[in-house]
Amino acid sequence: MTDGSAGPDTWPLPARWVERLGWLVLYIVESLGRFARFLGHAVALVFIPPLKLGRLAGRIYFIGFKSLTIVILTGAFTGMALGLQVFLTLQRVGSEAFVGPAVGIALVRELGPVLTAVFVTGLAGSALTAELGIMRITEQIDALMVMALNPMRYLVVPAILAGLISFPMLTAIFDVAGIYGGYLVAVILLGMSPGTYFGQMHAFADMADVMVGFWKSVAFGALVPWVCTYKGFHCGHGAEGVSRATTEAVVLSCVLILVFNYFLGSVLP
Amino acid sequence: MIRIQGLRKSFGSQPVLQGVDLDVATGEIMIIIGRSGGGKSVLLKHLLGLLRPDAGAVLVDGIDITKLRGAALEAVRRRYGVVFQGGALFDSMSVFDNVAFPLREKTNLAAGDIAQRVEEKLLQVGLVDMGHKNPAEISGGMRKRVAIARALVTEPEIVFFDEPTTGLDPILVNTIHHLIQDLHRKFRFTAVMVSHEIPEIFEIADRVAMLHEGVIIETGDARSIQASTNPLVQQFIRGEPESANHAA
Repeated sequence: MTDGSAGPDTWPLPARWVERLGWLVLYIVESLGRFARFLGHAVALVFIPPLKLGRLAGRIYFIGFKSLTIVILTGAFTGMALGLQVFLTLQRVGSEAFVGPAVGIALVRELGPVLTAVFVTGLAGSALTAELGIMRITEQIDALMVMALNPMRYLVVPAILAGLISFPMLTAIFDVAGIYGGYLVAVILLGMSPGTYFGQMHAFADMADVMVGFWKSVAFGALVPWVCTYKGFHCGHGAEGVSRATTEAVVLSCVLILVFNYFLGSVLP
Repeated sequence: MIRIQGLRKSFGSQPVLQGVDLDVATGEIMIIIGRSGGGKSVLLKHLLGLLRPDAGAVLVDGIDITKLRGAALEAVRRRYGVVFQGGALFDSMSVFDNVAFPLREKTNLAAGDIAQRVEEKLLQVGLVDMGHKNPAEISGGMRKRVAIARALVTEPEIVFFDEPTTGLDPILVNTIHHLIQDLHRKFRFTAVMVSHEIPEIFEIADRVAMLHEGVIIETGDARSIQASTNPLVQQFIRGEPESANHAA
């Protein structure tokens, strides 16, 4: 210190803690700012032509179509497990008739959008981060930039748009697979009447429940590609940087899915 | 003409460029040499507009590109071709599509014209009938040649080469150098190359600049660099270990 005043290392312990906390807060605020600016840039490019339709179609195939099998499979088994547990629970109070609405509402409002988003994060989101991370460390993103092409337009915008289009569709497919999974257990295996299963579901679940699930899936459709492309785009050096970015992308996406799910569930009717 | 004026760049407390001054004349091959970690790639990234300096300027025909952003910077980059150290080929595309990519994205040429130009460039770099292959299926030397073809397919005015022969055997090093020299004679682009290949680079360089600890310590044609009395230049050219220079 040229002015003769004591540096942070000589400060008392509480002051050093406050200083470290200050740096941490600054780091978090700066990171959030970069994160938000990244999305803002991508959103702006959606409205500035040209839109890369070929790449968008490729991303819809990558995020949507390639996730289809796992979404149907997990949806069906989630519905089956849900149908079984709800049936056994309601049977104790003689209310098995409500298995249909319980399975339907739980899937459409909560489990469908959340589990679809989590599975697609593990499947397509992680691959998206790894792909962009490898492009970053092998200078492919720099190559796009020096070709006077905007890498955000090529790599990020199509992924976010594809997420917005694919996630609601995948969620709807998950819901349908889950409802029929519940049907399989409750009706085919446990002998419940099919009319009761679907009739009660029709009576208790309405369009508002479907719209809650829809808006959640739209939000997750933007959130997951946003987080995953951001992490890939800003990954560190080498294979370790890519692997760390991929892990961070999956963990952060899953945490944000659950956080947003709660708040959206509170706000949406 | 490219003029670098007082370029300074630090990463944290680590200074990398400490006032680089260098002129590259239109149409010449300028080769920047220097020890690993000396700031050559950082300097090149400033010329490409991929990094912003802490101080100084990079003037391309009088326009300071360090001040440019967005469309203005892209307009300068349209005049560039770049060969990255690892090639930076798009691994999701075939060799043909890699070379065709800048033409498809930056020009309004018809598909037939693009195919013709791509085949022509692949022929010039000696990779006829390789267009259908994936970058992962070809050798390192071939990848470098594809990268050169991609950099030159738009017929740029300025071409940057970042260690284009690193990791190749001596025969391939000479092949790539002669290829660059032949293409330069044919298209008369301005070339800025970062390289370690001593003495091979002296055969193709119009001028050589040596970057050491963030400053240009010597500039001149191949002969004058080889005859330099600067001990650091001589140490580098001869590949003498650190202690040899201190002993001298």
